[in-house]
Amino acid sequence: MAESDNIVVETAEKIFADLADPQTINNDKNNSWQAPLWQALSEAGLPLSWVPDDLGGSGASLADGFALLNAAGRFAVAVPLAETMLAGWLLAQAKIASPEGEMTVVPASPKDRIILDADGALSGRVRGVPFAKAAKHFAVLAHGKDGAVIALVDATKARIESGLNVGYDHSDTVTLDKVQPVSIKPAPKGFEQTNLMLMGGVARSLQIAGALESMLDISVRYSNERIAFEKKISKFQAVQHNLARLAGESAAALAAATSAADAIANAKSFNDEVYLEAASAKIRCAEAAEKGGGIAHQVHGAIGFTMEHILHRYSLRALAWRDDFGSESHWAVELGKLVATRGADELWPLVASR
Amino acid sequence: MTAALRFDPIRLPEKCEQLRKEVRAFLAEEIAAGTFDPNKPNREDTDAPEFSRRVGAKGWLGMTWPKKYGGQERSFLERYVVTEEMRVANAPTRRFFVADRQSGPVLLKYAPEHIKMEILPRICRGEICFAIGMSEPNSGSDLFAAKTRATRTDGGYLINGTKIWTSSAHIADYMIAIFRTSPPTKENRRHGLTQFLVKMKQPGIKVNPIGQITGQYEFNEVVFTDHFIPDDHVLGEVDGAWKQATSELAYERSGPERFLETYYVLTELVRAVGPNPDTRSAEGIGRLVAQLHTMRRMSVSVAGMLEAGKEPVVEASIVKDIGTVWEQQLPHRVRDLAAFVEETATNRQTLERQLDFAIKTAPKLTIQGGTTEVLRGIIARGLGLR
Repeated sequence: MAESDNIVVETAEKIFADLADPQTINNDKNNSWQAPLWQALSEAGLPLSWVPDDLGGSGASLADGFALLNAAGRFAVAVPLAETMLAGWLLAQAKIASPEGEMTVVPASPKDRIILDADGALSGRVRGVPFAKAAKHFAVLAHGKDGAVIALVDATKARIESGLNVGYDHSDTVTLDKVQPVSIKPAPKGFEQTNLMLMGGVARSLQIAGALESMLDISVRYSNERIAFEKKISKFQAVQHNLARLAGESAAALAAATSAADAIANAKSFNDEVYLEAASAKIRCAEAAEKGGGIAHQVHGAIGFTMEHILHRYSLRALAWRDDFGSESHWAVELGKLVATRGADELWPLVASR
Repeated sequence: MTAALRFDPIRLPEKCEQLRKEVRAFLAEEIAAGTFDPNKPNREDTDAPEFSRRVGAKGWLGMTWPKKYGGQERSFLERYVVTEEMRVANAPTRRFFVADRQSGPVLLKYAPEHIKMEILPRICRGEICFAIGMSEPNSGSDLFAAKTRATRTDGGYLINGTKIWTSSAHIADYMIAIFRTSPPTKENRRHGLTQFLVKMKQPGIKVNPIGQITGQYEFNEVVFTDHFIPDDHVLGEVDGAWKQATSELAYERSGPERFLETYYVLTELVRAVGPNPDTRSAEGIGRLVAQLHTMRRMSVSVAGMLEAGKEPVVEASIVKDIGTVWEQQLPHRVRDLAAFVEETATNRQTLERQLDFAIKTAPKLTIQGGTTEVLRGIIARGLGLR
């Protein structure tokens, strides 16, 4: 994207440029960049963008927060910014105030469940929770006999089996065994786990779209520098056409993700139209991560396959983000079922709904 | 950043949704009256001049043009809604589609006033059909290699040569064509071509239909032999057609017709699998719908940029590249997914008939109106690679 549209994104981009320059952090083997980056983001109020002032956040709009996530994707930011934003958003649905520090959401997969028992304790084992290891608190969506509840849980009360996703970021298994939450409230009427998954999916879609924008950018730049057969490789038609396809994948991801973000930001409820937007974004962005990332690597050749080069920071994260909050296969099946249930003659009215 | 591609999310204004209802109601009436069959994909076989006039009477042709030429001064987004509803219904748009999308805007920009006053209102009334004369036997994608000559004569030009692959030339009343008025120069090989308005069905023009692999006769060879064109039918600058060609491309390339050409097979697949699809069918349909939705949002976004007065040439080329490749693959994906559809599915025959036609149609979709290779060249230039 050419220029920032709002103050939230401008602030974030400045912080990312200063403290999360991809080449600098890629060279840093001790991850000593993480603490100063998180501190700067926190001081700017960005992790709690989606939390209203009276609940301890900075009260930015959904739209501004989504734009921030797209910017974070452009820098392939590897701190729990998206996760803390989502956690704050989830807690705010039940008017629970957000604490300071890193958070993540539990569960982070459509099939996993946390159960609320009669004693008010939470139990369940959920996999693939992003940055659980780094989180001080979890925002938990659980199911009790009276329906969905939202809870704030102290991370030290959970058992965490740490793991890494394909992009080398923490993706952990979290087990709650009769854990008493810090606070717990009923979820708003109609709020289901699907809402959280769609919201998380759109966040990941925006991050993937951002990563693809950067992959396009660095691939174009590299092709204009690299000489082979006595000319820049950007002058070979085969390379040009590959990069044109990468531009198409990047554009499709950006369009799908920003459209879904716009739909959620302006929706009164999570109806079929929002479902179409959010599910489509996750499906299409995941496909673009595979196709587009593959082209970026092809253009870079062997250098892009090294740890020293920054390309993997984008390409592997974009692939990893496909798995969170429901994979593209999951959403494709669910969207296909929705379309089938509505019937053939209701497909076009759904697609043309805005 | 080198690449500043933008696809801002556009929300269609309320007036578009009102218009959409009107278009759907109109099409439902036409279907009920037997004008066309929405399940019959080979709509190009249906030449429907009366339908064309009724669409014109609704005010849906030339709807963005100035009122003094018969237009409605409505927005590109409203035109977009009309176009997509017609396309999805398989309405027989052949008579007016090219004139409304492409030829009218060229005339608006480059024709002398009296020609505009004469022809544009007739397009708006759905009375006349246009063809586009670009390709020649030895120049297709390489547009500026065109050789058909326009030689100066008293009060105009004499045309000699051949255009080919000219859609609808056999029914067209007019053609907008490029002819060679001067040789190319050393500095500029694109120099020397001029855009003309050609009145068809006149002496010196012979139209020979060419059979297509679908079994249709939809494009033609058009042979010019000393055909006379008066001076006031020159469109724009003599020898300068190359300057005029590019700005219209965004309109031509980004519309809903660039990904909906085979859409009907998807609808019919959903009907065939019924309300409880197996996992394979559900996933396949889900992916196709997600891809379709994404392209439509990109296409609507480009329409929004056009409405805002921008010229998103690269974005439009991306829409056509992705859209035409998708609509080309769609019948094959649907065929895969339909492989295990119950023999008893009530619409099985309809689906099979549609697939037969769509599979035969598919190869042309990435060729007509700018090949995939040409589009990727344009995108590459936009990225700063050429």
